[in-house]
Amino acid sequence: MILDETDLDIMRATQAGLPLTPEPYQCVAEQLGLTTEVVMTRMIAMQEQGIIRRIGVIPNHYKLGYHFNGMTVWNIPDDVIDKLGEKVGQLEFVSHCYHRPRHLPEWPYNLFAMVHGKTREDVDQQIQHIARVLGDANLGCDVLYSTKILKKTGFRSRG
Amino acid sequence: MLTPLHKSLLNDFQRDFPLSSRPYQDIANTLGVSEDDVLSALTELSDNHLISRIGPIIPPNQLGVSTLVAMAIPETQLQAVADKISAYPEVNHNYEREHTFNLWFVVIASNAEHLQAILDAMEQETGYKTMQLPLLDDFFIDLGFNMDFHNA
Repeated sequence: MILDETDLDIMRATQAGLPLTPEPYQCVAEQLGLTTEVVMTRMIAMQEQGIIRRIGVIPNHYKLGYHFNGMTVWNIPDDVIDKLGEKVGQLEFVSHCYHRPRHLPEWPYNLFAMVHGKTREDVDQQIQHIARVLGDANLGCDVLYSTKILKKTGFRSRG
Repeated sequence: MLTPLHKSLLNDFQRDFPLSSRPYQDIANTLGVSEDDVLSALTELSDNHLISRIGPIIPPNQLGVSTLVAMAIPETQLQAVADKISAYPEVNHNYEREHTFNLWFVVIASNAEHLQAILDAMEQETGYKTMQLPLLDDFFIDLGFNMDFHNA
């Protein structure tokens, strides 16, 4: 699916958040000089094509008490990373799970999984759970806790 | 204090938010409350920063090209470098983390050349190297995040 400027305008306008008014899509449409029908049809199409993964209420985990966010990183043999990555991605406490390149020698880790907890103990248990799933394929791991959120914004595109 | 309505709005509408002309009315119908109740509760959550926003989630690299970047910055320089990095409009998440690589952020650019130009500019401006960790594969099935409200 090729996105045109209208699609990108809709993405930009909705990334800041849908307004809390009875007809939010109409609001977006008016802002962009489009009809409500066009905005909704295009969003449905983008969702069907996977350009939009989901539309929803996005909680602020930190403010809701999830103060510990750990980026767990693992060194997994390349021949099993797909199989094991999918298993880790299915764990309900994992919020992101990605294969990324190693940078040897200083960065041997190729599997990233984000975990969130209200206490450090919660997060430690989640990490042990991931380690059990990975078993002998775990050649090394580390956990990077975030100490400060310096900047957090939604999607933006300059087109 | 979170009411049952707040909790339901936080947990049960992280996906399938209605694409209809009156989505808040649709949610209200599902929950057996009024549209006003839903809008007031969401406004309270928003005013208290308990929700970041209501809107679409876009998987990485669907629009433009992005990469995770890590930098190893001496402690005394960290805040100054972090401020310089955050100032780039292409930087989306910027976190300080406990590690030799202590600055982690995502850069989103319109194409690969633009992305490289931004990283080159960052290295030149800060004097420190960037380690690029682009996504090779996404193993994540995004169904939202189930909140535990037992202690909330």
